[in-house]
Amino acid sequence: MARILAEGLSIEFPLYHLGARSLKKRLLAATPLRLRTDNANRIVVAALRNLSFEITRGERVALVGHNGAGKTTLLRTLAGVYEPVSGRLTVEGAIGSLIDPTAGMDLEATGRENIVLRALYRGLSDAEADALAEDVAAFAGLGDFLDVPVRTYSAGMTVRLAFAMATAMTPQVLLMDEWFLAGDAEFMAKAEERLSRLVSDAEILVLATHDMAVARRWCTRAIRLDSGRIVADGPVAEILAAD
Amino acid sequence: MLAPLAPNRAEASAATIPVRHFDAAAPRRLARALADLGEGLRRWRLAAALARLDIRNRYRGSVLGPIWLTLSTAVMLGALGYLYSMLFQLPVGEYLPWLGVSLILWNVIAVSVGDACACLTAAEAVIRQLPLPHTVHALRCVMRNALVAAHNLPLIAVVFLLFGVSPGWSALLILPGLGLFALNVFAASLLLGMLCARFRDIGPIVTSIMQIAFFVTPVIWKPELLRPESRPWLPLNPFYALMETVRGPLLEGGGSPWIWAAALFWTAVHCGVCFAFFVRFRGRVAFWV
Repeated sequence: MARILAEGLSIEFPLYHLGARSLKKRLLAATPLRLRTDNANRIVVAALRNLSFEITRGERVALVGHNGAGKTTLLRTLAGVYEPVSGRLTVEGAIGSLIDPTAGMDLEATGRENIVLRALYRGLSDAEADALAEDVAAFAGLGDFLDVPVRTYSAGMTVRLAFAMATAMTPQVLLMDEWFLAGDAEFMAKAEERLSRLVSDAEILVLATHDMAVARRWCTRAIRLDSGRIVADGPVAEILAAD
Repeated sequence: MLAPLAPNRAEASAATIPVRHFDAAAPRRLARALADLGEGLRRWRLAAALARLDIRNRYRGSVLGPIWLTLSTAVMLGALGYLYSMLFQLPVGEYLPWLGVSLILWNVIAVSVGDACACLTAAEAVIRQLPLPHTVHALRCVMRNALVAAHNLPLIAVVFLLFGVSPGWSALLILPGLGLFALNVFAASLLLGMLCARFRDIGPIVTSIMQIAFFVTPVIWKPELLRPESRPWLPLNPFYALMETVRGPLLEGGGSPWIWAAALFWTAVHCGVCFAFFVRFRGRVAFWV
């Protein structure tokens, strides 16, 4: 059964490439809360600070908060990109992440080659890769453009291809950044059905969003982050009522 | 539309579901590094596809494509071969095959080392978005350089045909030699890839070290030019030992046991340092790139 359990989870980004000493001092003076020097005397940004939460099967969680509150960092940590510097994290269930749809896309390669590449990134078997190719081709509706380099696509076509590739999966734990809910109206109408099915098939949804209407519509629970800390956690209606 | 994928999911939920657990207090670094290595090697098809795309993208729109690699090496070889055979006063027929093998092998080493430095930083976008084993990127680097080498190595055969050099059956010994090359490029990609991601100054330092190494290693000069008493010290140069595992079989009927011992020793040291570093810092790579 899908489950996410975080206990005292912390992520710190070291700032190695800060140049001048004075710049460091100025930054430290300006934002005393999140920038600090760790015990090895490095400047670090505390991106996530001591988060504890449990998400169980069936929960649809919205991560809300200002820009830079740590929403995307939390999604990436749940996806397994970052290893926590302290605390414990357990994620049970096959993870599917819709964080950056264009990650791993090769713009010089054709649409079809990109689909093959995506299948390899995901480690799919040949049969699964064929199914993916069929599914993506049908949804993206690119026709002959599937055989020309992605570089020549219009922005809309790239989005369709990226969206189709990213959403052709059935994960138990779905991690989504709000990018996936943005797009032109015509595309969204088509994407909506596909996304709804993805969400309803997943046992857990974690969605990072700024859009309160989206959070209300899709989610049952909201976690509000501020400067890397959880400041509120509860049913969507309750948490968002504060706004 | 999703129907074809559905059975897979049923299997996944029926069988044990994947569990990822991380405890910062007990990071189990060794186990994770080994898992990364195993998973990375298992995903060789991804690395191969990326390496192939890398080469193709590099020569996109070019008429001759990767043949340019071969041509530029051939031109350099012709020019240097005649110039240095005059400078060293050696017969061209004796010197040029030697230079050909040396220069092509050195190119493989130098290009791979330069590539290794950018191995992880170039994959930044992927590392920060997708939880992939880092060894996939190192493997991609090895395969990319193997493709480049595959364009250059046949030149050796051309030179040998032109000058009527026949290495005989001992030429088969280049296979373990090339295996050592691949292993070293893999270790270098991980080690230099990580070092260069963390310290951005390492790249230029490596470049200048490789320039010096080119002159202190017998690439354009033959070891016979050294005084006899200093020749036994040559295997202390890891580049020389490694090159000799391929050059020896081609030109001298197989390298001496000492050369092979030295090459194996250096490779073991290289891989050991690389692995220790990888075990300790693997989890930090995503923060470094």
